[in-house]
Amino acid sequence: MKPFLPFESRLVPMPNNNIDTDQIIPARFLKTTSKEGLDKQLFCDWRYDAEGNPKPDFILNTPRGRNAEILLAGDNFGCGSSREHAPWALTQFGFRAVISTSFADIFKGNSLKNSLLPIVVSHEIHSRLFALPEDAKIKVDLASQTISLPDGERVEFPVDPFSKTCLLEGIDELGWILKQAPAIAAFEAGRVGSIDTLG
Amino acid sequence: MSGHPATLSQKVWNAHVVHEEPGDTNLKYPSLIYVDLHLVHEVTSPQAFQGLRERGLRVRRPDLTIATTDHSIPTSDRSLPILDPIAANQVAQLDKNCREFGIRHYGVHSSHQGIVHVIGPELGLTQPGMTVVCGDSHTATHGAVGALAFGIGTSEVENVLATQCLLLRPSKTFRVHVNGALKPGVSAKDIILALIARIGIGGGTGTVLEYTGPAISALDMEGRMTVCNMSIEGGARAGMIAPDDTTFQYLNGRQYAPKGADWDAAVARWRKLPTDEGARFDREVSIDGDTLEPMITWGTNPGMGVSINEAVPEPSSVSDPLERDALAKALIYMGLEGGKPLAGHAVNVVFIGSCTNSRISDLRSAASVLKGRKVSPNVRVMVVPGSMEVKRQAEAEGLPEIFRAAGCDWREPGCSMCIAMNGDQLQPGQYSVSTSNRNFEGRQGKGGRTFLASPLTAAASAITGVVTDVRSIL
Repeated sequence: MKPFLPFESRLVPMPNNNIDTDQIIPARFLKTTSKEGLDKQLFCDWRYDAEGNPKPDFILNTPRGRNAEILLAGDNFGCGSSREHAPWALTQFGFRAVISTSFADIFKGNSLKNSLLPIVVSHEIHSRLFALPEDAKIKVDLASQTISLPDGERVEFPVDPFSKTCLLEGIDELGWILKQAPAIAAFEAGRVGSIDTLG
Repeated sequence: MSGHPATLSQKVWNAHVVHEEPGDTNLKYPSLIYVDLHLVHEVTSPQAFQGLRERGLRVRRPDLTIATTDHSIPTSDRSLPILDPIAANQVAQLDKNCREFGIRHYGVHSSHQGIVHVIGPELGLTQPGMTVVCGDSHTATHGAVGALAFGIGTSEVENVLATQCLLLRPSKTFRVHVNGALKPGVSAKDIILALIARIGIGGGTGTVLEYTGPAISALDMEGRMTVCNMSIEGGARAGMIAPDDTTFQYLNGRQYAPKGADWDAAVARWRKLPTDEGARFDREVSIDGDTLEPMITWGTNPGMGVSINEAVPEPSSVSDPLERDALAKALIYMGLEGGKPLAGHAVNVVFIGSCTNSRISDLRSAASVLKGRKVSPNVRVMVVPGSMEVKRQAEAEGLPEIFRAAGCDWREPGCSMCIAMNGDQLQPGQYSVSTSNRNFEGRQGKGGRTFLASPLTAAASAITGVVTDVRSIL
């Protein structure tokens, strides 16, 4: 994983609350065995009409939706399934952060493992971000856990300290767990059996 | 922390801590938690197995890992090849991965094949006090036996395959107490739909639910699975019910359940799992089981539900502008007007199945309504058993004959139209009454419109061709 560096970007507003993983990437695209090529399917049913043509008024089909790295979404973003295809599709499209007032648990965990930063802000800041002009840019700095608004105001956001270290230093979580092999072996030694006998 | 009153979920958590960083007073590090049972299916695992190959890793505990094929497979004749080449490849890939890594796989032609959350309890794989994970959000189902069971993403599937462990933070605890007794025509599905309508689909975020109270204790195991299954629809990571005699009776004699002296020892251990007197929950709600009515969803998330004779809300009744907007958008997608009950609304499809409601008791309950009746000529009714075992039991009881005589389509086991990956799907604009768990836009097929309800409500609506209060035809 590459270290997560500070960046600045315009916002792509998607004010709907409860955007679920079936909207982020519909289930019919989960038959793939690869992680790649999912950007085309991101928000597919909101993005394309029945003939597969882009719907002109959907935000990702407008100039505002291109070349921006922050999705500004309504409350409870990413609810629904455990599909990691959701953050894969978002990052392949070019997003590096999603700002909302809240995130579904599994989506948040999946995002942090894929260098997609879920940023939780208060309802007040959330409303102010939605009210910003189209070309306004926000700075995201994970090290200081802040976003900087165009007027210079810095707003702190929470992030799990371990996930933060992994993102900043590009630490691979599985590599870290594998180093705990002795503790795992010791734990297993204290229990017997497999699913045939484990009770 | 022995001696300190603990909840059921805290007890299971405490028994599975492999490692915590010494001196980590600021809780910088998550806990390393051991996984007792890892359930695997074809959709969320291929990239994880590929990850293992790229790192040159093996599966640490193939003996604690069980795979089945459920999401992508057709529910039609199993002797025929899978026509969708992408689905066929995914199914073949799981076969190959399981062979390569030495994992038991109840595949398409296995007599144990079925929806992963149906076969786990059915085979006695999921047991009280276990930690159970699967790359599927409805893993919460297994909490019905008193396991701490939750869905994980594909990166975590890879972590568990490689190490049998996960890095986790403990969830907050949330008790849902259901008083009283359910009236006839009201079932487990109505309890969970009522809860989600009350707390909202994000209401349980960051928590593990524990369901308690007389109306929960009175449920059979399959009803408890229905309740726990949809915990995720309230945003909760998991849902649990303390094991009791109903649990032990259900598990006793199942294929993977302990036997003989091991069984007695296990039951003695499991009896210590229920939440201690005096244990504190971070949050609690109570639901009155006596006054619960059959529930149905009208909108585009599982929290948008009402009792069957209650009016669908009107946007003008909501003060928060974002919520009002969401409600209005949902009504437009669903082609509904607020202010009227759903009862009487025409339906095109009835789907009885899914990890929520495809077990034998669900099929018995649907058959009790359909027996000796005909479904409406305007409605296509699909009945999809949750597993080969459920299918065999249903056949032994003559249920397929009841369904077929009524005009229903009796299918092979799988996730089917709950997730619409396999060709079983709604056409744009069609309405379904479904016993599944999600009514998100397009969930059952692009442009499809889903009303979530119990098997009783689904069967009643199949007969009349409109959304129907089952009590009106009993």
